[in-house]
Amino acid sequence: MAATDPIAAPRQMRSVEFRKEREATWEALEALIATADKDGLRTLGAEQLARLPHLYRATLSSLSVARSISLDRALTDYLENLVGRAYFVVYGTRQHLRRQLAEFFLWKLPRTIRAAKWHILVSALVTIAAAIAAFQLTWSDMDYYYAFAGDMAQGRTPASSTAELREGLYHTESGSGVLATFAASLFSHNARIGILAFATGFVAGLPTLFLLFYNGLVLGAFAALFHARGLGVDLWAWILPHGVTELTAVVLCGAAGFQLAHALVFPGARTRMDSLREHGRSAAVIVIGAVCMLFVAGLIEGIFRQTVTSVPIRFIVAGATTAWWIYYFGFVGRGRDRRDAAEREAASRRPALPGPVLELSPQMSGPMEVAR
Amino acid sequence: MNPVSLAALRPADDGKLVREIVTPEGIPLRFTLARAGDRAGAFVLDTLLQIVVIVVIVAISWGLTLATGGGGTWLTAVIVVLAFLLANFYFAFFEVRWQGATPGKRRIGIRVIDARGGQLETSAVLARNLIRELEVWTPLRFLLASNLVWPDAPGWARLLAGGWAFVFLFMPVFNKDRLRVGDMIAGTRVVMQPKAVLVPDLAQEAAAVPFWAPAGTKPRATYTFSDAQLGIYGIYELQVLEGVLRTNPGDASHGEAVRTVSEKVREKIRYEGQVVNDELFLREFYAAQRAHLEQKLLFGQRREDKFSK
Repeated sequence: MAATDPIAAPRQMRSVEFRKEREATWEALEALIATADKDGLRTLGAEQLARLPHLYRATLSSLSVARSISLDRALTDYLENLVGRAYFVVYGTRQHLRRQLAEFFLWKLPRTIRAAKWHILVSALVTIAAAIAAFQLTWSDMDYYYAFAGDMAQGRTPASSTAELREGLYHTESGSGVLATFAASLFSHNARIGILAFATGFVAGLPTLFLLFYNGLVLGAFAALFHARGLGVDLWAWILPHGVTELTAVVLCGAAGFQLAHALVFPGARTRMDSLREHGRSAAVIVIGAVCMLFVAGLIEGIFRQTVTSVPIRFIVAGATTAWWIYYFGFVGRGRDRRDAAEREAASRRPALPGPVLELSPQMSGPMEVAR
Repeated sequence: MNPVSLAALRPADDGKLVREIVTPEGIPLRFTLARAGDRAGAFVLDTLLQIVVIVVIVAISWGLTLATGGGGTWLTAVIVVLAFLLANFYFAFFEVRWQGATPGKRRIGIRVIDARGGQLETSAVLARNLIRELEVWTPLRFLLASNLVWPDAPGWARLLAGGWAFVFLFMPVFNKDRLRVGDMIAGTRVVMQPKAVLVPDLAQEAAAVPFWAPAGTKPRATYTFSDAQLGIYGIYELQVLEGVLRTNPGDASHGEAVRTVSEKVREKIRYEGQVVNDELFLREFYAAQRAHLEQKLLFGQRREDKFSK
């Protein structure tokens, strides 16, 4: 065919026809995206929100068609940019915060923690080993106490009298404001250390290891000092109510750091980036869980411990928190795990779906075939 | 569209920074990675905003303490927790709520996306932002207030902290994907927000009565081209021509460029006829050339440039 008449030509040009036919869809998408970008997704009504994915897919298919039939650079650029903008909105995070929180606590967090059991075990073993070592050494020679717990002692040293040590364990504070401030600063301090234990996993996990080990040393040295003075029961009644939660949280943060280090140093069959990407995300979930635990621990430590001095009640609280965390990490969300596993199995038996399904109008599918 | 989108105003043709992702629908999309300067700018804006919020909260609580007389320690507790949440979850909060943007990022015109093109997961947003503690705050604390963190820090420790800060802060400059440590861990990228403007189709304009033509021009072709003449150029040349025609007609360089290109084209395709209006000639040539090349495209012949068969 001799395409010599430029007046007839544009009318025959598929790209021009195509643009006329689809322009309204693009403009509708553009307007929707502009509103979403300016005022946020939630200003869109239910009806607009429902239209968004349709308009996005239609425009995406337009882009695909334009790439194969149109040589109008401005048009393909426009479509690419428009789809790019829409992509942010459609594939950005968009679940409701409340639903997401519920899902996080009822399923994602306990599941992720169950999946990280080996890292958690290592992290716990490091802490326990350090504690036992420090306990043994300090037990045999009290001078080690200064080496292990020097900074954290706050006046509780082998030089203190037994009465002073006992007074420290049963010291109470009234005045809710003071207690709340104490709890808040405990929380923010501990949480920062926890986050750091996770983040330093990126440096091959060595600082993580050091933090855990140090934490264990302090605990062991403390225990040795108080046991030597016959205050063992009193000490554990003082530590465990918040300590069960706090120590678990620190161990979890350490495990998250180890997960990161593991992904970085031994990526296995995958590339380092792929491995980091997967483990980084699950480690982040664990850390968020641990930060919440530290908040709880801060409340117990800052308020409960400073007001309640009865040893049996302190032990009851310690036992209750232990039971709760065992239940929570061991059992919450198991039902959904099983359902998901069953679904995956069913899906793997089904034949694979064909590739991406695009809504192409019949007359447009021709050129697509040719272009491929 | 954003009121002011600084990054989008600049030309986004830095080829080295263009990355392709494949959407879940299987269509490749190209994004331009955000420049280090843009990201630093966004970070500074966000940090300033955080500081402003902290100052406001402290001021309010101070006022409340004065008003109620004592009892303000509860407020202190609330402030400590709020400050912690603000420092550690400000970025994560906005990136979850605003689909990968924070106030600073939005102002600059950049966004976080999933590096593989999937949905931006909340856990990814959390992972990339929790790392900031290691990347920014810990080294800064050592640099600026090492006396508080570590009272008698030896010089080498400060040096180490400085080196640490340097490596992590400038990580995006050291790798080709402009990844921060947080981006590596979370599998995310920060890209520029593209600006989408639909301009009129030049080929369609050529068929209508053009506004720039001398008054009274009939909507018909002034110039005609043979198949042989249209067989010389390829897609690349067509799109360069499109670029020339789309420059602002108000610019002084526009008329000059059009005249030069018109002469070049006429020489190349051996156009015999008389050309009065170079702009009109080029637009009609563009329309004819595009029709010709698109026609070929329909039959699976993609002529990339004038050197292709």
